[in-house]
Amino acid sequence: MPIPTPFHSRTAALSVSHEWRDWSGYLSVARYAATHDAEYYAVRSGAGLLDVSPLFKYEITGPDAARLVDRIMTRDIAKCAVGQVMYSPWCDEDGQTIDDGTIQRFGPQHFRITAADPSLRWFQDVGYGLNAQIRDLSADLGALALQGPKSREILKQIVTQSDDSLDALKYYYLTPAKIDRIPVTITRTGYTGDLGYEIWVERRYAEKVYDSLYDTGRKYGLMPLGLVALDMLRIEAGLLLIDVDYIAATKADIESQKSTPYEIGLSWAVDLDGADFIGKPALQRELKHGSEWFFCGLEIDWPHLESLFATHNLPPKVLGMASRAAVPVYKDGYQVGQATSITFSPLLKKYIALATLKTQYAAFGDDVHLETTVEFSRQQARACVVKSSFFNPKRKREVLA
Amino acid sequence: MSPSTHYDVILIGGGHNGLVAAAYLAKAGRKVLLLEARSHLGGLAGTEELFPGFHAPVGHADAGLFSPQVIKDLRLESHGLAFHDVPAAVFAPQPDGRALTLWRDPARAKAEIARFSARDAERYPEYLRVTARLAAVLAATAAEIPPNIISPSLNDLFPWARVALKARRLGRADMMDFLRLLPMTAQEWLNEWFESPVVQAALGAHSVTGSMLGPQSSGSAYMLLYQQMGVPNAGYRSARFARGGVGAVIAALTRAAESHGVEILTDTPVARVLLENGRAVGVELADGDLLRAPVIVSNLDPRRTLFGLVGPQQLNPRLMRRVRNIRFKGSTSRLTLALSGLPKFKGAPDGHDHLTGYTLICPSLDYLEKAYDDAKYGRISANPALELHFPSLHDAALAPAGQHLVSITIQFTPYDLKGASWAKEGKRLTDLVIKTLDAYAPGFKSLVKHNHLRTPASLESDFAATEGGIMHGQMALDQWLIGRPVAGFARYATEIPGLFLCGAGTHPGGGLTGLPGRNAARAILKNRRS
Ligand SMILES: Cc1cc2nc3c(=O)[nH]c(=O)nc-3n(C[C@H](O)[C@H](O)[C@H](O)COP(=O)(O)OP(=O)(O)OC[C@H]3O[C@@H](n4cnc5c(N)ncnc54)[C@H](O)[C@@H]3O)c2cc1C
Repeated sequence: MPIPTPFHSRTAALSVSHEWRDWSGYLSVARYAATHDAEYYAVRSGAGLLDVSPLFKYEITGPDAARLVDRIMTRDIAKCAVGQVMYSPWCDEDGQTIDDGTIQRFGPQHFRITAADPSLRWFQDVGYGLNAQIRDLSADLGALALQGPKSREILKQIVTQSDDSLDALKYYYLTPAKIDRIPVTITRTGYTGDLGYEIWVERRYAEKVYDSLYDTGRKYGLMPLGLVALDMLRIEAGLLLIDVDYIAATKADIESQKSTPYEIGLSWAVDLDGADFIGKPALQRELKHGSEWFFCGLEIDWPHLESLFATHNLPPKVLGMASRAAVPVYKDGYQVGQATSITFSPLLKKYIALATLKTQYAAFGDDVHLETTVEFSRQQARACVVKSSFFNPKRKREVLA
Repeated sequence: MSPSTHYDVILIGGGHNGLVAAAYLAKAGRKVLLLEARSHLGGLAGTEELFPGFHAPVGHADAGLFSPQVIKDLRLESHGLAFHDVPAAVFAPQPDGRALTLWRDPARAKAEIARFSARDAERYPEYLRVTARLAAVLAATAAEIPPNIISPSLNDLFPWARVALKARRLGRADMMDFLRLLPMTAQEWLNEWFESPVVQAALGAHSVTGSMLGPQSSGSAYMLLYQQMGVPNAGYRSARFARGGVGAVIAALTRAAESHGVEILTDTPVARVLLENGRAVGVELADGDLLRAPVIVSNLDPRRTLFGLVGPQQLNPRLMRRVRNIRFKGSTSRLTLALSGLPKFKGAPDGHDHLTGYTLICPSLDYLEKAYDDAKYGRISANPALELHFPSLHDAALAPAGQHLVSITIQFTPYDLKGASWAKEGKRLTDLVIKTLDAYAPGFKSLVKHNHLRTPASLESDFAATEGGIMHGQMALDQWLIGRPVAGFARYATEIPGLFLCGAGTHPGGGLTGLPGRNAARAILKNRRS
């Protein structure tokens, strides 16, 4: 049975729907009201506040901390400055992706890593023989994602002290700060592809920080955000979800279910010139010989979809939320891959998907077909293979000062 | 050594397996440099002058398991190796004053057994035949490079067809026995054959050699066979003694290696294996010197090699975990005594012939199991199982005139002592062993002039054997064949290109066999990248 997060007293009180999901063993709000539309729009026009405490969090310290993090991650940690945050996948010995997360660098030998899955044993084994300590902070740290164009304004009202002024805090950087005299860490990160921050706070202060953010945020149109709306937002941003868009190497039933970072659109996060990391030789080989799969976005041709429904005298019907059921993608009548996340984007007015296709048979710009059920019959809706970042506003990275 | 010399292979460790591997590689035309940390070659099968004028074996003193193929391939006989026959296999004095001697002559042994059980004496010849046939199958597996189970190639599997053929020739009944025996306990197997506890112990005590296993532990029957893979020895473990002692084996190996051009440096400990881009490219000596070669071979145990010389942080977690999980569990100690004369055991026949094999203090397998029980819980056996060997009876030159040397293998002295340390327990163990022997051979104590004890702790510090494990990793079914040294890396290569293993921690395992060294050299020569 899922257990409460450090913010549970607050999220539970705000939830009218009482619709919960199990996220890594924690109670997480699916949607706060009967529908999730308002939450979704709040993030794109005002701000949303999401409890991301169920993420696993690890602290790595000690003389070899940087070496250890470098050995785990496919990114080159030498390039991560103190105060910077990096996103990186990590791989097993065969270069197959185990998980992905963010690395926060607090000092030359002081890091925090977020993970979707429990990772203590893996990190310890990778670090066996190194002088580095790994502490599991998962239960001790509460985490809130404040996302949306108004998030900076809101934070500025309540942050009393921060090393970096929030205006100057760059995308994927962090700053220690105080909210209501409570020490927190603020990272300019998130999972919505929008301007946004994540606030990391010791469990015992969690509720006070929540109250501050929520009470101030209300004046800026802030709404509490649940997982249903989040799923739509992250697909718009083209962000991967583990166990949905790729299967963790540790959980795959068969070899072919595993993916290397190259196959899931993360080649930019693999640095073969940096220090050795687990899986590097395998990735070097793959780079040389080419990858079997590539990750992309699909933009479904709406008029074509309309025409498929029209044969039944129906208007096009699409789900009002994201679908995580994988469906086949065809090209010239042959299956060339699968779409793993699909949503209608109310903001973009587009029906979009994240997909993994065979490099041998498909490429960006190609026309493909997505399996769609129309009145109980299988149809194929035309779609175009595009980059996965459907929504990528300037404000996401913009610095004001 | 001229530092400018180019070497094809650097071999770390001059144990007998290192010498064998070096000789084979040099014979195949490789330029080999062998580096040994100690001042003497031979490692655990070496010889050392422990007391002035007394040259004692460090460990195993007998070449009964030593591969005839190695003797032939390396022409060791032309390098001075010769064997001599001894009349006794094992002499087992009993607490009640009787004694059983298994003579190597089966008829004589049978007559001796009849004094303890007429029924056992009847079964004995058949037992010898069956164990010899079963041990031959095991010996066939020992001589081959383990197959690659994940992606076997025809070339690799071909030699195994011969093994399979040999197994088939056993006939169905024997084949069943072989498969049934491997995971059995020595006690159960011997119960099926013999009723006298004295006979069972004399034939079964070697099932725990070098292991942290009792005769009632699964897999002890496999060890029983393993120790009989070589020269037959009246049902006790294979035995064969070189003229001049075990040192003569090492001397012949050294000469053979040198004749093929191996350069040998003693007193040269290696500190580290050098890696470049994940490949082994050389070694760093303890004094800081760097030596390079495209192939590095280690005679050290797998953990000492991969953790000590390479570093666990250089390994993939998959391999690191497996190496971390190897069970070493050293449990054997060696007490060497200088004696002013030969002891007189109760119940012993006249003369000294009965002492030319092994003298066994282990009246029953129950006694042995109880000795193991103590060790299981971190204690030295209250009643230790002892195996004595008198090197000076084989070659008088090993001790000053008229004096004798006895090498005592003490079974079940655990590396991990509970609530005690080896620094403190050594003296107590020495006294306990001498007291135990004094009970079987009154006056033994007064013969002792000098004593020297090697415990698992000192085997580790002196020979770099992890946890004092004399087999470089416990001999057990899960650490055998494709599981030795660890699953997935049983073919002498490590996952680090250019780095190979050749010691007792690899297939087929511990003992003075020369087979890990030979198989490793063959695997290296087959390896395209070396
Ligand atoms: C008391 C005792 C009794 C035994 N009884 C039996 C028995 O009855 N039956 C049986 O089958 N086996 C027995 N053995 C075990 C047998 O002797 C060993 O398994 C075998 O000799 C191992 O040979 P090896 O060449 O693989 O390794 P080793 O002999 O261990 O050789 C390793 C060599 O590497 C050297 N070395 C270590 N570190 C370094 C370094 N950093 N740089 C350079 N060199 C280094 C060591 O000094 C050593 O010479 C016994 C051993 C002992 C100690």
